[in-house]
Amino acid sequence: MRFGSLLRSVGNTPLVGLPHLSPTPDVRLWAKLEDRNPTGSVKDRPALAMIEQAESRGDLEPGDTILEPTSGNTGISLAMAAKLKGYHLVAVMPENTSRERTELLTMWGAQIIYSSPVGGSNEAVRLAKELAAQRPHWVMLYQYGNYANSRSHYEGTGPELLADLPEITHFVAGLGTTGTLMGAGRYLKEHKPGVRIVAAEPRYGELVYGLRNLDEGFVPELYDPDVLDSRVSVGPGDAIRRTRELLEGEGIFAGISTGAILHAALIVARRAIRAGESADIAFIVCDGGWKYLSTGAYTGTVEAAAEALEGQVWA
Amino acid sequence: MAVTVEVPTVLRGLTEGQREVEGRGADLAAVIADIDVRHCGFSQRITDQAGLRKFVNVYLNDEDVRFLDGLRTSVADGDVVTILPAVAGG
Repeated sequence: MRFGSLLRSVGNTPLVGLPHLSPTPDVRLWAKLEDRNPTGSVKDRPALAMIEQAESRGDLEPGDTILEPTSGNTGISLAMAAKLKGYHLVAVMPENTSRERTELLTMWGAQIIYSSPVGGSNEAVRLAKELAAQRPHWVMLYQYGNYANSRSHYEGTGPELLADLPEITHFVAGLGTTGTLMGAGRYLKEHKPGVRIVAAEPRYGELVYGLRNLDEGFVPELYDPDVLDSRVSVGPGDAIRRTRELLEGEGIFAGISTGAILHAALIVARRAIRAGESADIAFIVCDGGWKYLSTGAYTGTVEAAAEALEGQVWA
Repeated sequence: MAVTVEVPTVLRGLTEGQREVEGRGADLAAVIADIDVRHCGFSQRITDQAGLRKFVNVYLNDEDVRFLDGLRTSVADGDVVTILPAVAGG
């Protein structure tokens, strides 16, 4: 495969079968390796799409400053694209994310403004909105409500999945901005009647949920529950256990959120077996494990590794 | 039916600081009503006339009840109900 530049190589990721983790010959798991994108995560898709939409609308010109609330991966993708296209990036990120995220953002030239660890990404969103109001010349792409985010999956991830796996019965992905599930999920529902769309949602420690009133929670504007058939909450213990199983069984070195997604995919698989149905379950490998080595997720007992994630925004 | 309900930090003022409380009932609505008898105001913080409040997520054995039968979701002995504020990612 040949591309004119790194940015043009985003997407068209491999889909690989998981012969060892698939529970039966009739209930098969398939992993879409989004870690093969330029910065090593699925977020290269929405980041590039949001920037190019802003450019085509005349909202961005070289030298401009992009502002974005992010728990890390979107920021890293934006930083790479911004560097190549001549923009500055200010990433608003919760303080309690992995050290590698800070290092990668800095490496690609982004400026980081930390938001309070209490409240996780909700707090990053709140702070970024405050900064955007104070600095109207900064361009906030706002991945939580920007339809270029979900469209990148509607036009990319979804069609790629259906082309590689026409027999797909289930699609499982992580729920953060909801962009992957809304975009790819909607495409699959339109083109493959009966397909089931399943969300895996990371369950963090108490610190991340904050101490504010319940009415101050946050649901991304992109979210449309009608696209989903089921939504599973996955804690750090199960996420780490599955991340390690993916490495052990299939040799795939993935980040912790992928473990959470695999956990949900295996729940789906178990139900299919119980119902006596065959299934082809595709799920997203969001990123590789490199950014999480410092969290201790891959060494020692699962319990100790899960404990170490307490209070961290690990997905 | 006795189920365990995991209480988020923001609601522990209503449960004397307890992280978990027990509730009884055939479905989620009944369990919440039962807890409200002992911890007054509990129900109102989680539900309104329309059902579950917008920024509250309730999971039955880790599954979002909005994709089951909402407040009418049946519960069984030993089930675990988790209540959490909605948070973002990305």
